[in-house]
Amino acid sequence: MPLTVNMVTSKTQAFSKKRYSETDYSQFPNAEGHFGPYGGRFVSETLIYALDELQRIYSDLKNDPDFQAEFDKDLAHYVGRPSPLYHAERWSREVGGAQIYLKREDLNHTGAHKVNNTIGQALLAKFTGKQRVIAETGAGQHGVASATVAARLGLKCCVYMGAEDVQRQSLNVYRMKLLGAEVIPVTSGSRTLKDAMNEAMRDWATNVDDTFYIIGTVAGPHPYPQLVRDFQSVIGREARAQCLEQTGRLPDALVACVGGGSNAIGLFHPFLADDEVEMYGVEAGGDGVETGRHAAPLSAGIPGVLHGNRTYLMEDENGQIIETHSVSAGLDYPGVGPEHSWLKDQGRVNYVAINDQEALAAFRKTTLVEGIMPALESSHALAYAEKLAATMRPDQSIVVNLSGRGDKDILTVAKLDGIEV
Amino acid sequence: MSRIAKRFKLLREQGRKALVTYIVNGDPYPEATLPTMHELVRQGADIIELGVPFSDPMAEGPVIQRGHERALEHKISLRGTLELVKAFRETDKDTPVVLMGYANPIERMGYETIARMTSEAGVDGLLTVDLPPEEAVPLKRELQAVDVDNILLLAPTTSVERARRVAGLASGFIYYVSLKGVTGAGHLDVDAVKTKLEEFGQLTDLPLCIGFGIKGPDTAKKLSVLADGVVVGSVLVDKMGSLHDQSAEQIAGAVGAIVGDIRRGLDE
Repeated sequence: MPLTVNMVTSKTQAFSKKRYSETDYSQFPNAEGHFGPYGGRFVSETLIYALDELQRIYSDLKNDPDFQAEFDKDLAHYVGRPSPLYHAERWSREVGGAQIYLKREDLNHTGAHKVNNTIGQALLAKFTGKQRVIAETGAGQHGVASATVAARLGLKCCVYMGAEDVQRQSLNVYRMKLLGAEVIPVTSGSRTLKDAMNEAMRDWATNVDDTFYIIGTVAGPHPYPQLVRDFQSVIGREARAQCLEQTGRLPDALVACVGGGSNAIGLFHPFLADDEVEMYGVEAGGDGVETGRHAAPLSAGIPGVLHGNRTYLMEDENGQIIETHSVSAGLDYPGVGPEHSWLKDQGRVNYVAINDQEALAAFRKTTLVEGIMPALESSHALAYAEKLAATMRPDQSIVVNLSGRGDKDILTVAKLDGIEV
Repeated sequence: MSRIAKRFKLLREQGRKALVTYIVNGDPYPEATLPTMHELVRQGADIIELGVPFSDPMAEGPVIQRGHERALEHKISLRGTLELVKAFRETDKDTPVVLMGYANPIERMGYETIARMTSEAGVDGLLTVDLPPEEAVPLKRELQAVDVDNILLLAPTTSVERARRVAGLASGFIYYVSLKGVTGAGHLDVDAVKTKLEEFGQLTDLPLCIGFGIKGPDTAKKLSVLADGVVVGSVLVDKMGSLHDQSAEQIAGAVGAIVGDIRRGLDE
């Protein structure tokens, strides 16, 4: 497989001029769920039938106007979409470069972009008739978004969460419980998001007849990377229209943080064929990519197979998945969605890393200068956007995905400040 | 004829069922594995399934997960497992050995390399839990070139149409996962297994072995009449874990005793 990867890369680099507009990105993944060499369906036999069923239901519903109308209605009246595209004028002025626009996913119901996807998958669950949903969660945002839609539909909800994350995101754990979900701490392996996903897969294999697995990111076995992308693409569609309306042209650059990569793909996807739009996916640099203590598989990993798909991973020389480090629980994941791996090899998106300290600085800066408290995940994107903007002209613009609000991180930040809240 | 085919032929001639035993390489510590493998054979195991430790064993229940974790504390790898099989082959040329594990260590090594190295080490088959037929073809091609079997799984959720495809891609034997769930689960339904296996048995000439959730001689016996063999794993791994502070001989003896009981049950 790595051979194919290299061929794709060198071929892309041979074109000196960008010609993304010649690619029909909606044609990916192919019928088997592959984005070039990435994606696919690497799961045990027991789960194949459930994935087939999901794929069948999704292909039937995806172009069904009634389904789309119901999805759009929920996004409008339950989530509160469209989310604003906000011109951060004061911050832009301070940086003195490009104009920075924030796509305010933090203003969605439940406080992050995650709900766009759980609304969509809950509608799919409704069509399967299954009465129980399960989810994995890292920072707790996807768990909260899943518990929320389950409460609304009267479904039983179990959320798997790494024992370590249960501690550092205690507020979200309690939120999920208030919403009627059962939160199951996972004590195996590194006790974080990847282990929560293993445990959710095990639950699914056991209860496959009556359980719908709501995966929270654009990773996992086909068709999840595709359907989560489709549900999240509302972010980019809105941002594209809002940017044209507010500035009269497309943005020069898009910036979004990448853990599994759902908010990033949601923003990027509707712009992929726009040759003039540069894209930056920002991974968690932890203590710094050079220290090895990070969560940046696209910046410093290699392709492998985990959680049902082939993608860039953080692993050792024996193919064991290694522990990741990030101040933000939501980015603390050793893999990434397969479409990102493909977009990296294509050269379509630039993947960069921001370390913990830079992200924390951006958290404070955005809070003080714009009165908006971003999630630590989103703070990675904001930190990179600030660097990028400084290299650009004031007549240029950047859209940053402010994927979630930072209330859930207040305890983490207070602890770093040595303050007991 | 491959070691696996030879063994099933012999068993058929004797009117006996295959006993496939699973342990994790390096569990609870590296020196315990080789003596345990030999003891399993002495106690009547027909095929040794050697678990290759992986950081994220998604299809395993808690017992075997812990086995993987114990082995990983000793940095046991796929390469090390191939070395171990080489050592086993120095004195045992007949007992088939199948490596059971996950795709990523194999991906890391590369399909061509792993195929060549398994063959050189005397491994007879690879069972890769997260390589279903959809993704198995490139590896199968490499394994076929060196006459190493590609063991595939069938599950209670597998349709007949799909089982046909699995049968077409598998070689050696087919592993029937007896229940919806993870290894070592406790909700095995013998009647349901019977119905499924009657369907699947007609689709293939390959031997069928039943695994997941078989805990002792009684279930082993009950299920063995439905197929060509049974796989026991969690009950052995559980024992090995509980003896982590004992000598390799003690571990081998205790695990061998369980296998001996099951063997006698099967042969009754």
